[in-house]
Amino acid sequence: MPNILVIAKRELDSYFVSPIAYVAISVYLVIAGFFFWLEINFEAQNGAAPSMESQFGTMVFLLLIFAPPLTMRLLAEEQRMGTLELLLTSPVRDWEVVLGKFLASLGVLLLTIVITFAYALILRAYGNADLGPMATGYLGLFLAGSALLSIGILASSMTQNQVIAAVLSVAIILVLWVISAVGQLMRSLAATQVLNQLGFFEHTTNFWRGVIDTNDMVYFVSLMALMLFIATRILETRRWR
Amino acid sequence: MIDVEGLTKMYGPRMAVQDLSFHVEKGEIVGFLGPNGAGKTTTMRMLTGYMPPTDGHASIAGFDTFSQSLKARQHIGYMPETVPLYPEMAVADYLNFMAALRHVPNRKAAVQHAMEVTHIEDRAHMNIGKLSKGYRQRVGLAQALLHDPDVLFLDEPTIGLDPRQIIEVRQLIKGLGGQHTILLSTHILPEVEQVCTRVLIIHRGKLVAEDTPKNLGTRLRGSERIGLRVSGDGATLKRALAAVPGVLSVEVEADERYLVSTAPGQDVRAQLAATVVKGGWGLLELAPVGMSLEEIFLQLTQEEPTSTGEQNELVS
Repeated sequence: MPNILVIAKRELDSYFVSPIAYVAISVYLVIAGFFFWLEINFEAQNGAAPSMESQFGTMVFLLLIFAPPLTMRLLAEEQRMGTLELLLTSPVRDWEVVLGKFLASLGVLLLTIVITFAYALILRAYGNADLGPMATGYLGLFLAGSALLSIGILASSMTQNQVIAAVLSVAIILVLWVISAVGQLMRSLAATQVLNQLGFFEHTTNFWRGVIDTNDMVYFVSLMALMLFIATRILETRRWR
Repeated sequence: MIDVEGLTKMYGPRMAVQDLSFHVEKGEIVGFLGPNGAGKTTTMRMLTGYMPPTDGHASIAGFDTFSQSLKARQHIGYMPETVPLYPEMAVADYLNFMAALRHVPNRKAAVQHAMEVTHIEDRAHMNIGKLSKGYRQRVGLAQALLHDPDVLFLDEPTIGLDPRQIIEVRQLIKGLGGQHTILLSTHILPEVEQVCTRVLIIHRGKLVAEDTPKNLGTRLRGSERIGLRVSGDGATLKRALAAVPGVLSVEVEADERYLVSTAPGQDVRAQLAATVVKGGWGLLELAPVGMSLEEIFLQLTQEEPTSTGEQNELVS
């Protein structure tokens, strides 16, 4: 088994040994479910066509409280406990450690998202909701969630303290969330456009409407790659001190 | 098997390891001695590829620990000082995980074997977090042995064990010599004398002595010392003892207790006993006083700064 998978499996096991995964998943599902219930009631009252467009918006926002607790432990705890020393003196590359841990957190995200397929099934069963936007919406949700997890891993690589890691990742995510609002205040058009492109939220909305834009795909994938790359470099530099 | 050349590590302006050079042949068990903060752990971390040296080179089994780190690490078993373990994992699961990371071919058998030699099979399914210090220590040792590595780095492996376990672990380490090359860090001198074929002593990041334990003892004992406990008149006894041929000095340590220093290589214990008995004093105890590691250090750092060719004192 490749090193990445060995590390991912151990991490995934450890998620479900501790209550972290259960708490994160169940809290997420309860809140998302509540909003789903509100949403269908609104749509029914207003006679709108059943759609998950706004539900996806809610679900990606809720990932803000879902991702940091899942990732805060991953590298910070290894550094605090010293287990990183044994990991990195085994014939394992630094990026394999980072990627393995990322993969494990993706597993938890994927499991959570799969459970929310229930919403789609309900809408299909009781209304004639469009399949297309649902499929792209879930793709967007997964991509955005992965990007949030990679931010969390970066934060976790920077400190030995889990709480600091969680706070850092929330901070980074919030900056990406509001950056386009800052863009609106800019005098120069170029600055506005650049900051708009950096905005996290702006890249999600196309998916909810059933549109897959390469621009959005590139944004999330490169954000992920960048976060994981920096996390690996930080792990390397820890060894230089 | 282990080749170290001019290894240096700076933590900012502080020099943790300075121009360290030594070689360890295959099958040797080398004791790596030094007081706390001497640079033992830092050296081990550089040799295991955990951190790169500021200067110098080290190679394990012919692979450079920095440029060919991954290959070098395949030949290494490492037991760090504080035995870092995942508390939420069961012992067998943890060993299985470490074996998978090192691509051990027959994982199940390797895990079983490692647990057998370290006597932890009875805790195989217990969570590591619930183990006592001694068991955790042995899990750390089992982890280092899993892949039958050519080179073992053991950082104070017997700390926290009970006396019986200490003996077992020492025997285990001794048994591993020959096929495995072992660098054993410790500050327990008897451990070194029992287990190691050679000793490296570092102090303030520098190598101050390198020899077999026996030679080291002889070379360092500029004088042999014998402790006596004798009842009777002190002043005349002191004079009588000092008159024994070969005795350099006699100190009165406490009431009835005397410390006799003699020239190296001379055993005057029989003459001392005869003197005491003939003079009518009551001989209660007579025993050679060994040198503690601390004394060896004092001696090494005070009068032999040139023993390894190093003239400059480290400024720190």
